[in-house]
Amino acid sequence: MNARQSPLLEIVDLVKTFPVYNAFGSRAGEVTAVDHVSFSIRRGGVYGLAGESGSGKSTIARLIMGLLTPTGGDVLLSGNNITGTLGTRAHSRQVQMVFQNPGSSLNPRRTIGQSIAVPLEAHSHPRADRRRRISELLEMVQLPANFAERYPHELSGGQKQRVAIARALAVAPQLVVLDEPTSALDVSVQAKVIDLLTSLGRQLDLTYLFISHDLSLMRNFADEVGVLYRGRIVESGPTAKVFEHPEHDYTRLLIASVPVISAEEEALRPKIPLIDGEIPTAEKLLALRESQRTTEVPKRT
Amino acid sequence: MSEALLSVRDLSVEFTTYGRTLPVLRGVNLDVPARSHVALVGESGSGKTVTMKSIMGLLHMPPASISSGTILYDGRDLLTMSRRERLKLTGTDMSMVFQDPMSSLNPVFTIADQMSTILKYADRRLGRSRSGRERMQRVLEVLAQVRMREPERVARSYPIMLSGGMRQRVLIAMALLSEPRLLIADEPGTALDVTTQAQILKLLKDLVEERGLALLMITHNLGVVRETSDYVYVMHKGVVVEEAKTADLFASPKVDYTRSLIDAVPRLTGARPTLPVEAAP
Ligand SMILES: Nc1ncnc2c1ncn2[C@@H]1O[C@H](COP(=O)(O)OP(=O)(O)OP(=O)(O)O)[C@@H](O)[C@H]1O
Ligand SMILES: Nc1ncnc2c1ncn2[C@@H]1O[C@H](COP(=O)(O)OP(=O)(O)OP(=O)(O)O)[C@@H](O)[C@H]1O
Ligand SMILES: [Mg+2]
Ligand SMILES: [Mg+2]
Repeated sequence: MNARQSPLLEIVDLVKTFPVYNAFGSRAGEVTAVDHVSFSIRRGGVYGLAGESGSGKSTIARLIMGLLTPTGGDVLLSGNNITGTLGTRAHSRQVQMVFQNPGSSLNPRRTIGQSIAVPLEAHSHPRADRRRRISELLEMVQLPANFAERYPHELSGGQKQRVAIARALAVAPQLVVLDEPTSALDVSVQAKVIDLLTSLGRQLDLTYLFISHDLSLMRNFADEVGVLYRGRIVESGPTAKVFEHPEHDYTRLLIASVPVISAEEEALRPKIPLIDGEIPTAEKLLALRESQRTTEVPKRT
Repeated sequence: MSEALLSVRDLSVEFTTYGRTLPVLRGVNLDVPARSHVALVGESGSGKTVTMKSIMGLLHMPPASISSGTILYDGRDLLTMSRRERLKLTGTDMSMVFQDPMSSLNPVFTIADQMSTILKYADRRLGRSRSGRERMQRVLEVLAQVRMREPERVARSYPIMLSGGMRQRVLIAMALLSEPRLLIADEPGTALDVTTQAQILKLLKDLVEERGLALLMITHNLGVVRETSDYVYVMHKGVVVEEAKTADLFASPKVDYTRSLIDAVPRLTGARPTLPVEAAP
């Protein structure tokens, strides 16, 4: 296997549980947010994680970033097990993240230049070269160099998100985790930010983990997807295949629920049977299918 | 068009902050005929919510002021009628569903308490009265109308005990309490998962059809527009730049701005959006 085909990131049997406390503050059990998840991302690839709220997408992102410690399983980067080094400087040089909310991820009291300088300082980038590097990064995300002197409140949402991308790229990481990077933006701005991410990815040979609940956007941007349902990946594969021939009922329900704007897209949405005249919830649909399976194939005794 | 249930004519609204006056709506015209499904679509800050608030009488004046226009409901101008007359209409015959289920429900009262209170005030404004028992009956009735499977249990619950989708249904039920003819929905279901959002949109559509309501759907999502409306107004920087039958708008947008908006939407087919041509940042 050459370096191009080998995965940059491998997630093996990752588990994360959180304690649940009762009203008196004592431990009442645990919730399994990530339940034996495995997947890998090829170098230069874009892997999309889809799934409803609370399915565990951000928890996986935070585990990869070392912001949380896994309960079980391993994270491998270029074949090296980095589970023990998660969150260290060596780790953050390789893996960076862009968050959903462009407003709150930038310190309002720092200029844009100061914000971008933070990761440079943390990684002891030569002081004399910082100014040049900041201009270079701003140019990369197609912002004028004089934006370095501005404050976040002077920027639009799309511009702030470009700054967040510039900051993530400051230390030249290999993997960039994008957690809902455009969900706070208007579609026209989103289109430009996604276009920027695509060209930067090519130019800098970046690998992306892309988290979104916008399935149309995922269809456009990711080349492989994993569909999470209650902490488990229920279906994964090349994006075109998963979207055109979804196999799992949950994936089908998700795709069927997307509001679309053309007849071509409508034709791609799987038909979901109504239950009592209503679009079923995921729980209901899966329970129905489960009961059908058990009645169709009676167990022999 | 005098036959429209709601008819907004030449509406201009401005906001004055720190001595500076900014126009926010400029000459907006918009009609919602009885039993029709109309959408108002636009990007963030285009003036959708200000339009809705002007109609519902929810603008804080100052800082807002209405510098021109009329808002005819059933042929009567809401802007010149007495406050008393207006209160008889808003929240009763004209009703609305808010975007954020959590912040529009009071966490310390049960759903039944909150709904009965709303009904009591609506009745009072209309000079009607009902016993507590009759009110409770009406509450359970509308909870059933929004397809809540166990209306009694939901009525006894506190908001925290319900899922996001159930809370959104409660808000719709609240809006239906006094049998409105016009329902205005500002981004319903935006805060919800796509699967839940699809359920809520279908519910709204079914209800509007069953009850013969007029629906004004406010959204930034073109998919939602196509899913819920027959007629659409496109708003940009406080101006209605295009209006058309929904099918026509998607088939052949007449205005460049509308076209660029449609082109920017990522497609489920995987077709790439085209970038807007105007200059980068
Ligand atoms: N620090 C924490 N303590 C306890 N439970 C947590 C914690 N972080 C996440 N969880 C739980 O883990 C589950 C997964 O949450 P996560 O934030 O990963 O979901 P998500 O898929 O990112 O959802 P969303 O689309 O809403 O962002 C949820 O049930 C959540 O309540
Ligand atoms: N209280 C206020 N004071 C000053 N300006 C305001 C006020 N409320 C709204 N505006 C301005 O009016 C314009 C229209 O706002 P509005 O809330 O109607 O937008 P919207 O189309 O509903 O956007 P969104 O999709 O983000 O909800 C914006 O430029 C906003 O900044
Ligand atoms: Mg998340
Ligand atoms: Mg709004």
